[in-house]
Amino acid sequence: MSDRTDPRFEYLLRLGDNALILSHRLSEWCGHGPVLEEDLALTNVALDLIGQTQFWLGYAGELEGRGRDADALAFRRDVWDFRNVILVEQPNGDYSHTMARQLYFDAWHFHLLLALITSTDTRIAEIAAKALKEVTYHLERSTMWVVTLGDGTEESHERMQRAVDNLWSYTGELFEVDEVESSLVANGVAPDLARLVEPWRSTVGDVLRQGTLDMPEDTWMHTGGKKGIHSESLGYILADMQFLQRAYPGASW
Amino acid sequence: MNAIEHPSPQPGVAQIWGWLSDVPDPEIPVVSVVDLGIVRDVRWEAKEGATTELVVTITPTYSGCPATSLIALEIERAIRDHGVHRIRLKTQISPPWTTDWISEAGRQRLKGFGIAPPAKVRYLVERLSGNAAAAECPHCGSNKTVRVSEFGSTPCKALYKCSDCLEPFDLFKCL
Repeated sequence: MSDRTDPRFEYLLRLGDNALILSHRLSEWCGHGPVLEEDLALTNVALDLIGQTQFWLGYAGELEGRGRDADALAFRRDVWDFRNVILVEQPNGDYSHTMARQLYFDAWHFHLLLALITSTDTRIAEIAAKALKEVTYHLERSTMWVVTLGDGTEESHERMQRAVDNLWSYTGELFEVDEVESSLVANGVAPDLARLVEPWRSTVGDVLRQGTLDMPEDTWMHTGGKKGIHSESLGYILADMQFLQRAYPGASW
Repeated sequence: MNAIEHPSPQPGVAQIWGWLSDVPDPEIPVVSVVDLGIVRDVRWEAKEGATTELVVTITPTYSGCPATSLIALEIERAIRDHGVHRIRLKTQISPPWTTDWISEAGRQRLKGFGIAPPAKVRYLVERLSGNAAAAECPHCGSNKTVRVSEFGSTPCKALYKCSDCLEPFDLFKCL
């Protein structure tokens, strides 16, 4: 298979770019974590996501058949060619924002991978099974932090509530289904995202309840990332992440 | 290249497994790549003509484990050092690596090194229901231990502290 229009190429970019961009955001905490253990934990989560990125983008490059490997896709595409959801490119903010973003994503990632294990594309199913194990730990950790901060002091509660409220409008895009995905749903490669809404709401709702937090009201939702229309944040991320390969193409060490 | 050609004797698979069990994990050198279950298969495969090549199948522990490429290099070097030069390393991610593949000897060596070995998995069920057994302190054997952080000095470990002997320790996480 080496068809540029294979919808799996587009789909794999979405999976890979979500992991890559969130990983980069988390790595920005390296050296700045509130305590040493948090520094290590966040960078370990970032590392898992980088590993998953290599699997997804590596497979995307093979399907595309134009000789681009995972590195070429990560470092030599511009903003409009990235397919991640806007949620993962949002700035770290304070710790409650980083953890709210992580909880929303981890809960979605967990349910998505659980469904992808039965993908009719064996390679996708295998990567999902591998990644799911790691993501289970990620979800466990973001759950712990949202509950701890939500059910903590008056100030931590207030900040955690503000963070889950502020980021809520980025969660709608996680469940959008377009023509790329509907064609893959039809042949069993990908799950129907609309069917993940309930499990996701139930997971997130449980965590917020445990953390004495209110579930945000449904509101207008951001959209565009999956089509390459991003917030201003992504350009800054790429400027940082891609600088070396842009300035010194092919550099390695 | 000192390619091993027929009919010169080629080392048996069991012997090669023996060589590989001397290859240490780069991050936790008390255990070998065989103890950890990273080496999944060793076999001779026929190539074109009368030659054969040694195919070693390995699996990554965590997707992003930075030691993966170093491990592949060490495995290749160990085999070359024994005079076999026709080697192909194959990476396989399915079935995904699990800590249940760590050998009993490997578990004992981890413990001796001060790292609590992973419990047997029954993975999703126990973890998600919060019924996973308490970690045992590798120093004093107490079960009164608390988790300090889900992620420790490497992706495969969590950081714990013993409430009895007060020593901190790493736990090799179930995966």
